[in-house]
Amino acid sequence: MLAMNYRGPFRIRIDHDKPYPEIKHPNDAIVRVTRSCICGSDLHLYHGLVPDTRVGSTFGHEFTGIVEEVGSSVEKLKTGDHVLVPFNIACGVCSFCRQELYGNCHESNPEATAVGGIFGYSHTAGGYDGGQAEYVRVPYADVGPMIIPDWMDPEDAVLLTDVIPTGYQSAEMGGIQPGDTVIIFGAGPIGIIAAKCSWLFGAGRVVVIDQYDYRLEFVKNYAQCEVRNFRELRDPVVFAKQTTDSLGADVCIDAVGCEAAGNAVETLLGRKIPMQGGSTTALHWAINSVKKGGIVSVVGVYGPIDSLAPVGNIVNKGITIRANQASVKRLLPRLVEHVRSGVLNPKEIITHRLPLEELPEAYHMFSSKLDNCIKTVLIPPKAAS
Amino acid sequence: MTADETRPGDFKNVKAVDPTKIKGWGIDANPDNDPTYPMKLRTDEEQRGYSWERPEQQAADVEVLHSVERPNLTAVFGTSVPPSGLSGMLRRFAFKYSESSYGHWLPLMLADRINAVEGIIDDIGHGHVPNIFAERGYKADWKYNRTEFILKTAAAVAVSAGIVAMMMPKKKRKAWYQAFM
Ligand SMILES: NC(=O)c1ccc[n+]([C@@H]2O[C@H](COP(=O)([O-])OP(=O)(O)OC[C@H]3O[C@@H](n4cnc5c(N)ncnc54)[C@H](O)[C@@H]3O)[C@@H](O)[C@H]2O)c1
Ligand SMILES: [Zn+2]
Ligand SMILES: [Zn+2]
Repeated sequence: MLAMNYRGPFRIRIDHDKPYPEIKHPNDAIVRVTRSCICGSDLHLYHGLVPDTRVGSTFGHEFTGIVEEVGSSVEKLKTGDHVLVPFNIACGVCSFCRQELYGNCHESNPEATAVGGIFGYSHTAGGYDGGQAEYVRVPYADVGPMIIPDWMDPEDAVLLTDVIPTGYQSAEMGGIQPGDTVIIFGAGPIGIIAAKCSWLFGAGRVVVIDQYDYRLEFVKNYAQCEVRNFRELRDPVVFAKQTTDSLGADVCIDAVGCEAAGNAVETLLGRKIPMQGGSTTALHWAINSVKKGGIVSVVGVYGPIDSLAPVGNIVNKGITIRANQASVKRLLPRLVEHVRSGVLNPKEIITHRLPLEELPEAYHMFSSKLDNCIKTVLIPPKAAS
Repeated sequence: MTADETRPGDFKNVKAVDPTKIKGWGIDANPDNDPTYPMKLRTDEEQRGYSWERPEQQAADVEVLHSVERPNLTAVFGTSVPPSGLSGMLRRFAFKYSESSYGHWLPLMLADRINAVEGIIDDIGHGHVPNIFAERGYKADWKYNRTEFILKTAAAVAVSAGIVAMMMPKKKRKAWYQAFM
Protein backbone atom coordinates (compact mmCIF):
# COMPACT_ATOMS: atom_id res chain seq x y z
CA MET A 1 0.00 0.00 0.00
CA LEU A 2 0.97 3.67 -0.23
CA ALA A 3 2.46 5.02 2.98
CA MET A 4 4.67 7.78 4.23
CA ASN A 5 8.19 6.66 5.06
CA TYR A 6 10.35 8.81 7.38
CA ARG A 7 14.02 8.71 6.41
CA GLY A 8 15.52 11.23 8.86
CA PRO A 9 15.11 14.93 9.64
CA PHE A 10 13.42 16.83 6.76
CA ARG A 11 13.40 13.67 4.60
CA ILE A 12 10.31 11.66 3.84
CA ARG A 13 9.02 9.70 0.90
CA ILE A 14 5.97 7.82 -0.18
CA ASP A 15 6.47 4.08 -0.49
CA HIS A 16 4.22 2.01 -2.72
CA ASP A 17 4.93 -1.34 -1.16
CA LYS A 18 4.49 -1.00 2.59
CA PRO A 19 2.79 -4.20 3.84
CA TYR A 20 -0.87 -3.86 4.75
CA PRO A 21 -1.49 -3.51 8.49
CA GLU A 22 -2.74 -6.59 10.32
CA ILE A 23 -5.11 -7.18 13.20
CA LYS A 24 -2.81 -7.69 16.20
CA HIS A 25 -5.37 -7.67 18.99
CA PRO A 26 -9.01 -8.82 19.13
CA ASN A 27 -10.21 -5.24 19.57
CA ASP A 28 -8.30 -3.87 16.55
CA ALA A 29 -9.84 -2.57 13.36
CA ILE A 30 -8.19 -1.93 10.03
CA VAL A 31 -9.33 1.30 8.48
CA ARG A 32 -8.96 2.48 4.86
CA VAL A 33 -8.02 6.13 5.12
CA THR A 34 -10.32 8.63 3.40
CA ARG A 35 -8.66 11.83 4.64
CA SER A 36 -5.61 12.60 6.76
CA CYS A 37 -3.91 15.83 7.79
CA ILE A 38 -0.50 17.21 8.54
CA CYS A 39 -0.35 18.76 12.01
CA GLY A 40 2.01 21.21 13.70
CA SER A 41 2.90 18.25 15.92
CA ASP A 42 4.11 16.35 12.84
CA LEU A 43 6.60 19.13 12.22
CA HIS A 44 8.33 18.32 15.51
CA LEU A 45 8.81 14.75 14.22
CA TYR A 46 9.76 15.93 10.73
CA HIS A 47 12.40 18.24 12.17
CA GLY A 48 13.89 15.36 14.17
CA LEU A 49 13.06 16.84 17.59
CA VAL A 50 11.11 13.93 19.08
CA PRO A 51 13.36 11.23 20.58
CA ASP A 52 12.90 7.66 19.30
CA THR A 53 11.51 8.62 15.91
CA ARG A 54 12.69 5.61 13.94
CA VAL A 55 13.55 5.59 10.26
CA GLY A 56 10.83 3.76 8.37
CA SER A 57 7.96 5.09 10.52
CA THR A 58 4.70 6.34 9.05
CA PHE A 59 3.34 9.54 10.64
CA GLY A 60 -0.22 10.83 10.82
CA HIS A 61 -2.54 11.07 13.82
CA GLU A 62 -5.43 12.96 12.23
CA PHE A 63 -7.47 10.74 9.93
CA THR A 64 -10.86 9.44 8.94
CA GLY A 65 -11.46 6.14 7.20
CA ILE A 66 -13.72 3.29 6.28
CA VAL A 67 -13.61 0.17 8.41
CA GLU A 68 -12.23 -2.70 6.30
CA GLU A 69 -11.80 -5.39 8.90
CA VAL A 70 -12.52 -5.84 12.61
CA GLY A 71 -11.02 -8.06 15.28
CA SER A 72 -13.04 -10.79 17.02
CA SER A 73 -14.05 -8.72 20.06
CA VAL A 74 -15.11 -5.55 18.24
CA GLU A 75 -18.78 -4.81 18.84
CA LYS A 76 -19.39 -1.18 18.00
CA LEU A 77 -17.96 -1.06 14.47
CA LYS A 78 -18.59 -3.09 11.36
CA THR A 79 -17.06 -3.25 7.91
CA GLY A 80 -18.07 -0.24 5.84
CA ASP A 81 -18.55 2.22 8.70
CA HIS A 82 -17.03 5.63 8.00
CA VAL A 83 -15.28 6.73 11.18
CA LEU A 84 -13.23 9.56 12.57
CA VAL A 85 -10.41 8.36 14.79
CA PRO A 86 -9.23 10.44 17.78
CA PHE A 87 -5.47 10.91 17.81
CA ASN A 88 -5.20 9.40 21.32
CA ILE A 89 -5.16 5.63 21.61
CA ALA A 90 -7.19 4.85 24.72
CA CYS A 91 -8.29 1.60 26.32
CA GLY A 92 -11.39 2.97 28.02
CA VAL A 93 -10.93 0.82 31.15
CA CYS A 94 -7.80 2.02 32.94
CA SER A 95 -8.41 4.44 35.79
CA PHE A 96 -7.26 7.37 33.68
CA CYS A 97 -9.57 6.60 30.77
CA ARG A 98 -12.44 5.99 33.18
CA GLN A 99 -11.90 9.50 34.47
CA GLU A 100 -12.05 10.78 30.87
CA LEU A 101 -8.33 11.44 30.64
CA TYR A 102 -8.24 9.67 27.28
CA GLY A 103 -5.00 11.41 26.37
CA ASN A 104 -3.32 9.77 29.36
CA CYS A 105 -4.24 6.10 28.94
CA HIS A 106 -2.06 3.63 30.83
CA GLU A 107 -2.59 0.71 28.45
CA SER A 108 -1.52 2.11 25.09
CA ASN A 109 2.14 3.11 25.30
CA PRO A 110 4.76 0.78 26.78
CA GLU A 111 7.66 3.05 25.83
CA ALA A 112 6.76 5.98 28.06
CA THR A 113 4.54 6.48 31.09
CA ALA A 114 4.39 10.25 30.62
CA VAL A 115 2.41 10.11 27.38
CA GLY A 116 -0.40 7.93 26.11
CA GLY A 117 -0.32 6.14 22.78
CA ILE A 118 -0.68 8.35 19.71
CA PHE A 119 -0.98 7.21 16.10
CA GLY A 120 2.11 7.83 13.99
CA TYR A 121 3.97 9.73 16.66
CA SER A 122 7.31 7.99 17.28
CA HIS A 123 8.09 5.15 19.65
CA THR A 124 8.01 7.62 22.52
CA ALA A 125 4.24 7.63 21.89
CA GLY A 126 3.87 3.88 21.43
CA GLY A 127 5.44 3.03 18.07
CA TYR A 128 2.21 2.96 16.08
CA ASP A 129 2.05 3.54 12.35
CA GLY A 130 -0.10 6.51 11.44
CA GLY A 131 -2.70 7.67 8.97
CA GLN A 132 -0.56 9.25 6.25
CA ALA A 133 -1.07 6.00 4.40
CA GLU A 134 -3.81 4.06 2.66
CA TYR A 135 -4.59 1.78 5.60
CA VAL A 136 -4.06 1.96 9.38
CA ARG A 137 -4.37 -0.42 12.30
CA VAL A 138 -6.68 1.12 14.90
CA PRO A 139 -6.40 -0.47 18.37
CA TYR A 140 -9.28 -0.32 20.88
CA ALA A 141 -11.75 0.02 18.01
CA ASP A 142 -14.69 -0.05 20.44
CA VAL A 143 -13.35 2.94 22.35
CA GLY A 144 -11.89 5.67 20.15
CA PRO A 145 -13.47 5.73 16.69
CA MET A 146 -16.75 7.55 16.16
CA ILE A 147 -19.05 6.84 13.23
CA ILE A 148 -19.32 10.05 11.22
CA PRO A 149 -22.94 11.25 11.24
CA ASP A 150 -24.61 11.37 7.81
CA TRP A 151 -25.00 15.12 7.86
CA MET A 152 -21.34 15.81 8.65
CA ASP A 153 -18.88 16.90 5.99
CA PRO A 154 -15.90 14.48 6.01
CA GLU A 155 -13.55 17.46 6.07
CA ASP A 156 -15.15 18.69 9.29
CA ALA A 157 -14.85 15.15 10.64
CA VAL A 158 -11.10 14.90 10.08
CA LEU A 159 -10.54 18.14 11.98
CA LEU A 160 -12.48 16.72 14.92
CA THR A 161 -9.73 14.11 15.43
CA ASP A 162 -7.35 16.68 16.93
CA VAL A 163 -7.38 20.34 15.92
CA ILE A 164 -10.87 21.28 17.10
CA PRO A 165 -10.72 19.38 20.43
CA THR A 166 -7.20 20.66 21.14
CA GLY A 167 -8.06 24.29 20.41
CA TYR A 168 -11.25 23.94 22.45
CA GLN A 169 -9.52 22.26 25.38
CA SER A 170 -6.85 24.95 25.46
CA ALA A 171 -9.59 27.51 26.01
CA GLU A 172 -11.39 25.24 28.47
CA MET A 173 -8.20 24.74 30.51
CA GLY A 174 -7.85 28.52 30.60
CA GLY A 175 -10.86 28.51 32.91
CA ILE A 176 -12.08 31.55 30.98
CA GLN A 177 -14.77 33.51 32.84
CA PRO A 178 -17.13 36.00 31.18
CA GLY A 179 -15.25 39.20 30.40
CA ASP A 180 -11.75 37.73 30.66
CA THR A 181 -8.93 38.94 28.45
CA VAL A 182 -7.28 36.02 26.69
CA ILE A 183 -3.92 36.24 24.94
CA ILE A 184 -3.12 33.34 22.64
CA PHE A 185 0.41 32.68 21.43
CA GLY A 186 0.43 31.01 18.02
CA ALA A 187 -1.87 31.46 15.01
CA GLY A 188 -1.47 27.96 13.62
CA PRO A 189 -4.56 25.74 13.39
CA ILE A 190 -4.53 25.21 17.18
CA GLY A 191 -4.24 28.90 18.07
CA ILE A 192 -6.91 29.75 15.51
CA ILE A 193 -9.40 27.32 17.05
CA ALA A 194 -8.36 28.41 20.56
CA ALA A 195 -9.30 31.98 19.62
CA LYS A 196 -12.62 30.91 18.16
CA CYS A 197 -13.47 28.79 21.22
CA SER A 198 -12.40 31.40 23.77
CA TRP A 199 -15.58 33.30 22.89
CA LEU A 200 -17.67 30.22 23.68
CA PHE A 201 -16.49 30.44 27.28
CA GLY A 202 -17.36 34.12 27.48
CA ALA A 203 -14.04 35.88 26.83
CA GLY A 204 -14.28 39.67 26.77
CA ARG A 205 -11.19 40.18 24.62
CA VAL A 206 -9.16 37.75 22.53
CA VAL A 207 -5.72 38.70 21.22
CA VAL A 208 -3.62 36.38 19.06
CA ILE A 209 0.14 36.80 18.65
CA ASP A 210 2.24 35.22 15.87
CA GLN A 211 4.96 36.17 13.41
CA TYR A 212 3.14 35.52 10.12
CA ASP A 213 0.83 38.23 8.86
CA TYR A 214 -1.12 35.84 6.63
CA ARG A 215 -2.05 33.67 9.61
CA LEU A 216 -2.89 36.71 11.74
CA GLU A 217 -5.05 38.09 8.93
CA PHE A 218 -6.84 34.74 8.73
CA VAL A 219 -7.52 34.39 12.45
CA LYS A 220 -8.64 38.01 12.69
CA ASN A 221 -11.43 37.27 10.20
CA TYR A 222 -12.17 33.69 11.22
CA ALA A 223 -12.33 34.29 14.97
CA GLN A 224 -13.12 38.02 15.06
CA CYS A 225 -10.18 38.63 17.39
CA GLU A 226 -7.39 41.18 17.76
CA VAL A 227 -3.97 40.28 16.39
CA ARG A 228 -0.35 41.38 16.81
CA ASN A 229 2.79 40.37 14.96
CA PHE A 230 5.52 39.88 17.57
CA ARG A 231 8.16 40.79 14.99
CA GLU A 232 6.72 44.31 15.15
CA LEU A 233 6.65 44.44 18.95
CA ARG A 234 9.77 45.21 20.89
CA ASP A 235 8.67 42.93 23.69
CA PRO A 236 5.37 41.01 23.58
CA VAL A 237 5.24 40.96 27.39
CA VAL A 238 5.35 44.75 27.54
CA PHE A 239 2.62 44.84 24.91
CA ALA A 240 0.51 42.47 27.05
CA LYS A 241 0.87 44.80 30.04
CA GLN A 242 0.21 47.95 28.02
CA THR A 243 -2.96 46.55 26.54
CA THR A 244 -4.36 45.46 29.92
CA ASP A 245 -3.87 48.60 32.00
CA SER A 246 -0.59 47.12 33.25
CA LEU A 247 -2.26 44.17 35.01
CA GLY A 248 -1.69 41.40 32.47
CA ALA A 249 -4.10 39.04 30.72
CA ASP A 250 -6.48 36.88 32.76
CA VAL A 251 -5.60 33.86 30.68
CA CYS A 252 -2.66 33.10 28.38
CA ILE A 253 -2.61 30.13 26.03
CA ASP A 254 0.56 28.54 24.61
CA ALA A 255 -0.46 27.17 21.23
CA VAL A 256 3.08 27.17 19.88
CA GLY A 257 5.16 24.52 21.61
CA CYS A 258 8.76 23.48 21.25
CA GLU A 259 9.59 25.24 18.00
CA ALA A 260 8.84 28.75 19.21
CA ALA A 261 10.69 31.57 17.50
CA GLY A 262 11.45 35.02 18.86
CA ASN A 263 14.42 34.44 21.17
CA ALA A 264 17.85 33.56 19.80
CA VAL A 265 19.10 31.76 22.92
CA GLU A 266 15.98 29.62 23.19
CA THR A 267 16.12 28.85 19.49
CA LEU A 268 19.73 27.74 19.82
CA LEU A 269 19.23 25.59 22.93
CA GLY A 270 15.81 24.23 22.07
CA ARG A 271 15.83 23.82 18.30
CA LYS A 272 19.36 23.89 16.92
CA ILE A 273 21.50 21.89 19.35
CA PRO A 274 18.85 20.73 20.96
CA MET A 275 19.88 20.70 24.62
CA GLN A 276 16.42 21.21 26.08
CA GLY A 277 12.96 19.87 25.37
CA GLY A 278 12.36 22.64 22.86
CA SER A 279 12.41 26.40 22.69
CA THR A 280 10.17 27.76 25.46
CA THR A 281 9.84 31.32 24.17
CA ALA A 282 6.05 31.25 23.89
CA LEU A 283 5.61 29.62 27.30
CA HIS A 284 7.95 32.19 28.78
CA TRP A 285 5.92 35.02 27.24
CA ALA A 286 2.67 33.43 28.45
CA ILE A 287 3.89 33.16 32.05
CA ASN A 288 5.14 36.73 32.05
CA SER A 289 2.08 38.18 30.25
CA VAL A 290 -0.57 36.71 32.51
CA LYS A 291 -1.77 38.65 35.55
CA LYS A 292 -1.03 37.68 39.13
CA GLY A 293 -3.21 34.74 40.09
CA GLY A 294 -3.87 34.15 36.38
CA ILE A 295 -4.01 30.96 34.38
CA VAL A 296 -1.63 29.69 31.72
CA SER A 297 -2.98 26.93 29.52
CA VAL A 298 -0.43 24.90 27.58
CA VAL A 299 -1.24 22.68 24.61
CA GLY A 300 1.97 23.36 22.72
CA VAL A 301 4.03 20.18 22.62
CA TYR A 302 7.45 19.99 24.29
CA GLY A 303 10.11 17.32 24.40
CA PRO A 304 10.58 15.15 27.48
CA ILE A 305 13.81 16.66 28.80
CA ASP A 306 14.25 19.78 30.91
CA SER A 307 13.36 23.14 29.42
CA LEU A 308 14.06 26.63 30.68
CA ALA A 309 11.03 28.38 32.18
CA PRO A 310 10.71 31.34 34.56
CA VAL A 311 9.69 29.20 37.51
CA GLY A 312 10.26 32.02 40.00
CA ASN A 313 7.56 34.07 38.32
CA ILE A 314 5.13 31.16 38.36
CA VAL A 315 5.54 31.04 42.13
CA ASN A 316 5.65 34.74 42.87
CA LYS A 317 2.67 35.56 40.67
CA GLY A 318 0.65 32.61 41.93
CA ILE A 319 0.04 31.30 38.45
CA THR A 320 -1.98 28.19 37.77
CA ILE A 321 -0.65 26.16 34.88
CA ARG A 322 -3.01 23.74 33.19
CA ALA A 323 -1.85 21.52 30.39
CA ASN A 324 -2.52 18.25 28.64
CA GLN A 325 -2.85 16.40 25.41
CA ALA A 326 -6.42 16.97 24.32
CA SER A 327 -8.89 14.33 25.50
CA VAL A 328 -10.60 14.00 22.13
CA LYS A 329 -13.19 11.38 23.06
CA ARG A 330 -14.36 13.37 26.08
CA LEU A 331 -14.98 16.48 23.99
CA LEU A 332 -16.47 14.94 20.86
CA PRO A 333 -20.17 14.95 21.86
CA ARG A 334 -20.05 18.68 22.66
CA LEU A 335 -18.01 19.56 19.59
CA VAL A 336 -20.16 17.53 17.20
CA GLU A 337 -23.07 19.56 18.54
CA HIS A 338 -21.18 22.81 17.90
CA VAL A 339 -20.45 21.74 14.33
CA ARG A 340 -24.06 20.73 13.75
CA SER A 341 -25.38 24.04 15.01
CA GLY A 342 -22.83 25.99 12.96
CA VAL A 343 -21.11 27.53 16.00
CA LEU A 344 -17.90 25.93 14.74
CA ASN A 345 -16.98 25.52 11.07
CA PRO A 346 -13.78 23.47 11.09
CA LYS A 347 -13.18 22.96 7.38
CA GLU A 348 -12.79 26.70 6.76
CA ILE A 349 -9.24 26.51 8.11
CA ILE A 350 -8.19 24.05 5.37
CA THR A 351 -5.99 25.85 2.86
CA HIS A 352 -4.57 22.91 0.90
CA ARG A 353 -5.94 19.61 -0.39
CA LEU A 354 -3.23 17.42 -1.90
CA PRO A 355 -2.91 13.85 -3.11
CA LEU A 356 -1.16 11.60 -0.58
CA GLU A 357 1.52 10.98 -3.20
CA GLU A 358 2.64 14.63 -2.87
CA LEU A 359 3.40 14.27 0.82
CA PRO A 360 7.07 15.38 0.72
CA GLU A 361 6.06 18.64 -0.94
CA ALA A 362 3.12 19.03 1.44
CA TYR A 363 5.40 18.74 4.47
CA HIS A 364 7.92 21.15 3.07
CA MET A 365 5.18 23.62 2.23
CA PHE A 366 3.65 23.48 5.73
CA SER A 367 7.05 23.55 7.42
CA SER A 368 8.34 26.52 5.42
CA LYS A 369 4.95 28.29 5.41
CA LEU A 370 4.85 28.43 1.61
CA ASP A 371 1.75 29.52 -0.30
CA ASN A 372 0.10 30.86 2.90
CA CYS A 373 -0.37 27.33 4.17
CA ILE A 374 -2.45 26.85 7.33
CA LYS A 375 -3.91 23.34 7.22
CA THR A 376 -3.27 20.62 4.68
CA VAL A 377 -5.53 17.67 4.01
CA LEU A 378 -4.16 14.62 2.20
CA ILE A 379 -6.30 12.50 -0.07
CA PRO A 380 -5.29 8.88 -0.77
CA PRO A 381 -5.84 7.79 -4.38
CA LYS A 382 -8.72 5.41 -3.58
CA ALA A 383 -10.58 8.18 -1.76
CA ALA A 384 -10.18 10.75 -4.53
CA SER A 385 -13.39 11.01 -6.52
CA MET B 1 25.79 6.24 35.94
CA THR B 2 23.87 3.33 37.44
CA ALA B 3 20.94 2.14 35.42
CA ASP B 4 17.39 2.42 36.75
CA GLU B 5 16.31 -1.07 35.72
CA THR B 6 13.26 -2.52 37.49
CA ARG B 7 11.52 -5.88 37.72
CA PRO B 8 7.74 -6.33 37.64
CA GLY B 9 7.70 -7.27 41.34
CA ASP B 10 9.27 -3.93 42.27
CA PHE B 11 5.96 -2.14 41.76
CA LYS B 12 3.88 -2.13 44.95
CA ASN B 13 1.53 0.28 46.64
CA VAL B 14 1.54 -0.21 50.41
CA LYS B 15 0.07 2.28 52.89
CA ALA B 16 2.46 2.65 55.85
CA VAL B 17 -0.21 4.07 58.14
CA ASP B 18 -3.98 4.11 58.24
CA PRO B 19 -4.70 7.82 57.56
CA THR B 20 -8.13 7.70 59.22
CA LYS B 21 -6.35 7.18 62.53
CA ILE B 22 -4.58 10.52 62.16
CA LYS B 23 -5.99 13.37 64.21
CA GLY B 24 -7.92 15.81 62.00
CA TRP B 25 -7.77 13.58 58.96
CA GLY B 26 -9.93 15.02 56.14
CA ILE B 27 -11.61 17.78 58.15
CA ASP B 28 -10.69 20.46 55.59
CA ALA B 29 -11.31 18.37 52.51
CA ASN B 30 -13.22 20.37 49.91
CA PRO B 31 -14.43 18.60 46.78
CA ASP B 32 -14.78 21.95 44.96
CA ASN B 33 -11.07 22.54 45.31
CA ASP B 34 -10.31 20.65 42.13
CA PRO B 35 -8.20 22.36 39.50
CA THR B 36 -8.67 19.36 37.21
CA TYR B 37 -12.36 20.15 36.67
CA PRO B 38 -13.80 19.60 34.06
CA MET B 39 -10.90 17.79 32.44
CA LYS B 40 -11.02 14.90 34.87
CA LEU B 41 -14.16 13.09 35.90
CA ARG B 42 -12.66 12.67 39.31
CA THR B 43 -13.26 9.35 41.02
CA ASP B 44 -9.73 8.87 42.35
CA GLU B 45 -9.90 5.20 41.46
CA GLU B 46 -6.19 5.20 40.67
CA GLN B 47 -5.72 5.29 44.46
CA ARG B 48 -6.63 1.62 44.37
CA GLY B 49 -3.47 1.07 42.41
CA TYR B 50 -2.93 -0.74 39.16
CA SER B 51 -5.92 -2.93 39.80
CA TRP B 52 -8.31 -2.53 36.89
CA GLU B 53 -9.27 -5.50 34.79
CA ARG B 54 -6.78 -5.12 31.99
CA PRO B 55 -7.73 -5.49 28.32
CA GLU B 56 -6.47 -8.66 26.67
CA GLN B 57 -2.70 -8.54 26.14
CA GLN B 58 -1.43 -8.15 22.58
CA ALA B 59 1.22 -10.77 21.80
CA ALA B 60 4.72 -9.36 21.52
CA ASP B 61 5.77 -10.84 18.19
CA VAL B 62 8.48 -8.22 17.70
CA GLU B 63 10.93 -6.66 20.14
CA VAL B 64 9.19 -3.92 22.14
CA LEU B 65 11.11 -1.83 24.65
CA HIS B 66 9.29 -0.69 27.75
CA SER B 67 9.83 2.08 30.26
CA VAL B 68 11.45 1.08 33.55
CA GLU B 69 8.72 3.14 35.20
CA ARG B 70 6.14 0.42 34.57
CA PRO B 71 6.07 -3.31 35.26
CA ASN B 72 4.86 -4.56 31.89
CA LEU B 73 4.01 -3.91 28.30
CA THR B 74 0.75 -2.04 27.84
CA ALA B 75 -2.16 -4.18 26.62
CA VAL B 76 -1.65 -2.86 23.10
CA PHE B 77 1.39 -1.30 21.47
CA GLY B 78 2.75 -0.35 18.08
CA THR B 79 5.04 -2.68 16.17
CA SER B 80 6.07 -0.33 13.40
CA VAL B 81 9.88 -0.37 13.53
CA PRO B 82 11.55 -2.75 16.01
CA PRO B 83 15.03 -1.70 17.15
CA SER B 84 17.84 -2.91 14.89
CA GLY B 85 21.49 -2.30 14.12
CA LEU B 86 23.69 0.13 16.01
CA SER B 87 20.78 2.50 16.64
CA GLY B 88 18.84 -0.43 18.10
CA MET B 89 21.67 -1.21 20.50
CA LEU B 90 21.63 2.39 21.68
CA ARG B 91 17.87 2.31 22.11
CA ARG B 92 18.09 -0.85 24.22
CA PHE B 93 20.72 0.87 26.35
CA ALA B 94 18.51 3.96 26.71
CA PHE B 95 15.63 1.87 28.03
CA LYS B 96 17.73 0.87 31.04
CA TYR B 97 17.20 4.43 32.29
CA SER B 98 14.03 6.15 33.43
CA GLU B 99 12.10 8.79 31.55
CA SER B 100 13.46 11.19 34.13
CA SER B 101 17.07 10.61 33.10
CA TYR B 102 19.31 12.03 30.40
CA GLY B 103 20.60 8.46 30.23
CA HIS B 104 17.32 7.69 28.49
CA TRP B 105 16.80 10.61 26.12
CA LEU B 106 20.29 11.49 24.94
CA PRO B 107 21.10 7.98 23.63
CA LEU B 108 17.70 7.97 21.92
CA MET B 109 18.45 11.26 20.16
CA LEU B 110 21.85 9.91 19.12
CA ALA B 111 20.23 6.68 17.95
CA ASP B 112 17.83 8.69 15.78
CA ARG B 113 20.73 10.44 14.03
CA ILE B 114 22.59 7.15 13.50
CA ASN B 115 19.38 5.55 12.29
CA ALA B 116 19.14 8.14 9.50
CA VAL B 117 22.60 7.09 8.26
CA GLU B 118 21.61 3.42 8.58
CA GLY B 119 18.59 4.29 6.47
CA ILE B 120 20.76 5.64 3.67
CA ILE B 121 23.07 2.60 3.80
CA ASP B 122 20.05 0.31 3.78
CA ASP B 123 18.53 2.14 0.81
CA ILE B 124 21.77 1.87 -1.16
CA GLY B 125 22.04 -1.80 -0.17
CA HIS B 126 18.65 -2.30 -1.78
CA GLY B 127 19.83 -0.55 -4.93
CA HIS B 128 17.96 2.66 -4.14
CA VAL B 129 19.91 5.91 -4.05
CA PRO B 130 17.80 8.28 -1.97
CA ASN B 131 16.62 11.29 -3.93
CA ILE B 132 17.23 13.92 -1.28
CA PHE B 133 15.75 16.67 -3.47
CA ALA B 134 12.45 14.80 -3.71
CA GLU B 135 12.50 13.63 -0.07
CA ARG B 136 12.90 17.18 1.13
CA GLY B 137 9.92 18.26 -0.96
CA TYR B 138 11.84 20.93 -2.82
CA LYS B 139 9.39 20.70 -5.69
CA ALA B 140 7.10 22.84 -3.54
CA ASP B 141 9.78 25.53 -3.48
CA TRP B 142 9.97 25.41 -7.23
CA LYS B 143 6.23 26.00 -7.36
CA TYR B 144 5.67 28.57 -4.62
CA ASN B 145 9.00 30.11 -3.75
CA ARG B 146 10.90 30.08 -7.03
CA THR B 147 12.97 33.26 -6.84
CA GLU B 148 14.25 32.65 -3.34
CA PHE B 149 14.84 29.01 -4.17
CA ILE B 150 16.94 29.86 -7.24
CA LEU B 151 18.96 32.40 -5.27
CA LYS B 152 19.53 29.98 -2.41
CA THR B 153 20.51 27.13 -4.71
CA ALA B 154 22.83 29.38 -6.69
CA ALA B 155 24.45 30.57 -3.46
CA ALA B 156 24.87 27.00 -2.24
CA VAL B 157 26.40 25.91 -5.56
CA ALA B 158 28.77 28.90 -5.56
CA VAL B 159 29.88 28.24 -2.00
CA SER B 160 30.47 24.54 -2.63
CA ALA B 161 32.32 25.30 -5.86
CA GLY B 162 34.47 27.79 -3.95
CA ILE B 163 35.27 25.27 -1.22
CA VAL B 164 36.16 22.57 -3.75
CA ALA B 165 38.39 25.06 -5.58
CA MET B 166 40.21 26.05 -2.41
CA MET B 167 41.02 22.45 -1.64
CA MET B 168 42.58 21.86 -5.06
CA PRO B 169 46.23 22.23 -5.98
CA LYS B 170 46.92 25.63 -7.61
CA LYS B 171 47.14 24.48 -11.21
CA LYS B 172 43.87 22.59 -11.18
CA ARG B 173 42.25 25.48 -9.33
CA LYS B 174 42.78 27.79 -12.28
CA ALA B 175 41.14 25.39 -14.68
CA TRP B 176 38.24 24.94 -12.26
CA TYR B 177 37.69 28.70 -12.04
CA GLN B 178 37.76 29.01 -15.80
CA ALA B 179 35.22 26.27 -16.15
CA PHE B 180 32.76 27.62 -13.57
CA MET B 181 33.16 31.30 -12.95
N1 LIG C 1 -1.81 19.14 23.33
C1 LIG C 1 -2.34 18.59 22.24
O1 LIG C 1 -3.20 17.74 22.34
C2 LIG C 1 -1.91 19.06 20.90
C3 LIG C 1 -2.62 18.67 19.77
C4 LIG C 1 -2.26 19.21 18.53
C5 LIG C 1 -1.20 20.07 18.43
N2 LIG C 1 -0.50 20.40 19.55
C6 LIG C 1 0.64 21.32 19.51
O2 LIG C 1 0.18 22.65 19.38
C7 LIG C 1 1.19 23.44 18.76
C8 LIG C 1 0.59 24.22 17.61
O3 LIG C 1 0.12 23.35 16.59
P1 LIG C 1 -0.27 23.93 15.16
O4 LIG C 1 -0.77 22.81 14.34
O5 LIG C 1 -1.12 25.13 15.30
O6 LIG C 1 1.22 24.32 14.65
P2 LIG C 1 1.81 25.39 13.62
O7 LIG C 1 3.24 25.07 13.50
O8 LIG C 1 0.99 25.47 12.38
O9 LIG C 1 1.63 26.79 14.38
C9 LIG C 1 2.50 27.32 15.33
C10 LIG C 1 2.49 28.83 15.17
O10 LIG C 1 3.21 29.42 16.26
C11 LIG C 1 3.88 30.57 15.76
N3 LIG C 1 4.94 30.97 16.68
C12 LIG C 1 6.24 30.57 16.71
N4 LIG C 1 6.87 31.14 17.75
C13 LIG C 1 5.96 31.94 18.38
C14 LIG C 1 6.02 32.78 19.53
N5 LIG C 1 7.14 32.89 20.23
N6 LIG C 1 4.89 33.43 19.89
C15 LIG C 1 3.73 33.30 19.19
N7 LIG C 1 3.62 32.51 18.10
C16 LIG C 1 4.73 31.85 17.71
C17 LIG C 1 4.36 30.10 14.40
O11 LIG C 1 4.66 31.23 13.58
C18 LIG C 1 3.17 29.31 13.89
O12 LIG C 1 2.26 30.10 13.14
C19 LIG C 1 2.28 22.46 18.35
O13 LIG C 1 3.29 22.42 19.34
C20 LIG C 1 1.57 21.15 18.33
O14 LIG C 1 2.45 20.07 18.53
C21 LIG C 1 -0.84 19.92 20.76
ZN1 LIG D 1 -2.38 16.94 15.37
ZN1 LIG E 1 -6.80 3.66 29.27
